[in-house]
Amino acid sequence: MSLIVDIQKQLGDFSLQAAFQAETELLALLGASGCGKSVTLKCIAGILKPDAGHIELDGRVLFDSAARVCLPPQQRNVGYLFQQYALFPNMTVRQNVAVAVRDRSRRDAETEELLRRFRLSDTADKRPRQLSGGQQQRAALARILASRPAAILLDEPFSALDSYLKYQLELELLDTLEHFTGPVLWVTHDRGEAWRNCRRVCVLDGGRSEPVVSMEELFRAPGTESAARLSGCKNYVTIRPDGDRITVPDWNLSLSCGRPVPPDAVRAGICSHHVRMAAGGEINQIPCTVARVIDDVFGKIVLLRPVGAGPDAPLLRMELSKELWNARPDTRSLTVTVAPEHILLLK
Amino acid sequence: MDWYPLYNSLRIAAISTVAVFFLGLFFAYYIARLPRLLKGALDVLLTLPLVLPPTVVGWLLLLLLGPRHPLGAWAMNVFGIRLVMTWWSAVFATIAVSFPLMYRTARGAFESFDSTLADAGRTLGLSNSYIFWRIRMPYCRQGILAGMVLAFARALGEYGATSMVAGYTPGKTATISTTVYQLWRTNDDAGALRWVLVNIAISAVFLLSINLLESRERRTRRGGAPA
Repeated sequence: MSLIVDIQKQLGDFSLQAAFQAETELLALLGASGCGKSVTLKCIAGILKPDAGHIELDGRVLFDSAARVCLPPQQRNVGYLFQQYALFPNMTVRQNVAVAVRDRSRRDAETEELLRRFRLSDTADKRPRQLSGGQQQRAALARILASRPAAILLDEPFSALDSYLKYQLELELLDTLEHFTGPVLWVTHDRGEAWRNCRRVCVLDGGRSEPVVSMEELFRAPGTESAARLSGCKNYVTIRPDGDRITVPDWNLSLSCGRPVPPDAVRAGICSHHVRMAAGGEINQIPCTVARVIDDVFGKIVLLRPVGAGPDAPLLRMELSKELWNARPDTRSLTVTVAPEHILLLK
Repeated sequence: MDWYPLYNSLRIAAISTVAVFFLGLFFAYYIARLPRLLKGALDVLLTLPLVLPPTVVGWLLLLLLGPRHPLGAWAMNVFGIRLVMTWWSAVFATIAVSFPLMYRTARGAFESFDSTLADAGRTLGLSNSYIFWRIRMPYCRQGILAGMVLAFARALGEYGATSMVAGYTPGKTATISTTVYQLWRTNDDAGALRWVLVNIAISAVFLLSINLLESRERRTRRGGAPA
């Protein structure tokens, strides 16, 4: 079971180039908004037609520009969970599920079975707008599974929900998808959501897809600044490679990376939680003045200006617990350290 | 009192409303997908009868359907029927004049349709005609009903084009509007007044139902915008 996608699509000024392959797995499509995630899903489902390329699902060609194949959405067998669920407002929940059952002789039995499985039996005769957000999502998923798809596309499945509901539904959705044998594309801009649910990830940046990597690899070595941003890294500086070290002109200092720095590395990323208070004796010590302290929900965000930095240089952001910060006698200057392996080298 | 004009007016309006319902839906649905330039041109052409004087529409229809003109001559030769000066000739006139009302309201209703519902239906394997009649039409029901009521009311009140294409023959092509004109012309003010009152009553009922439909539509839109 695999979904192979290699497509190009021009939409006004925006151009999309996406290439990846998903097996029977949950593959995250991670990207900032407007990077082409939804367009990619719509091309796979057949709602939009790519300009060129090839889409294949379990050996079935869904689209091929060279062979002039473009199956209509009805024949693609691809389930699509829309952001707002797209339940038919004029039908009850039961009717919404029933219309998707393709085998008419088993329609009633399968509908009731799905309603039971998704705990919708009690609300089966209500209209979608009478349901809560969670019930709507369950109804939409039941409807998708009723059509017996060979692949499922999830378009930002939790964008319509508040954070508490989101957490609960995420667990439910994962349970549902566990029983599904086929590729699932999980589109999101939330790295945490991707990390919790998917093992592999394809980053989409400005309409271009990057090679599929494991979630761990994305966080350990994102490769590009946009991938690093999506993984949650917040500090970026321009660098010059220098053997095993990098020179940071903005901060007027040099840091050890503990490994040869590739000559095409132009930026470095440092995650806020990898910036630690120096105890003395570390390799990379950065004496700083404290520019600003922000009180966050569970900790402090401290913005630091390295001593040699110019006035316009980017500040170094660190996050630490309130206790640790409050225990400091000196809150105006601070020497921090970053372990060499925690410096991300980016193209 | 001879009620033939009422009967004739109602059947002409009813037949043309049915025709305009399908024509209006067809054009509203397909023109929305055309390239922009063609869409603009067709839109002007199809809305023109709404703003043209009915006599101009009537004259253009005679140019097409008259016995010495292409379509009229063809119908005469092949079927031996005259397309003008019969009671159903008026249907051509009322269709031409009321079509833009149906077309425009249906188009407005279709434009408010949430197209992801159609996309969802297609990915679930539903046929395009099922999506049109069972999802799109129920969603746009109020707007389309309002368009039909408007088209019916316009057809019922049509005078100019009808009098040119169907004329006035008592008991044959007479409608309420042509009868009122005829009675006034022959100084039968009492007779004219009776038909005027009948006409006002019918129109009032229709306008009331339009208002009801519109306020209901506003309420459903506000109350529960379909997700």
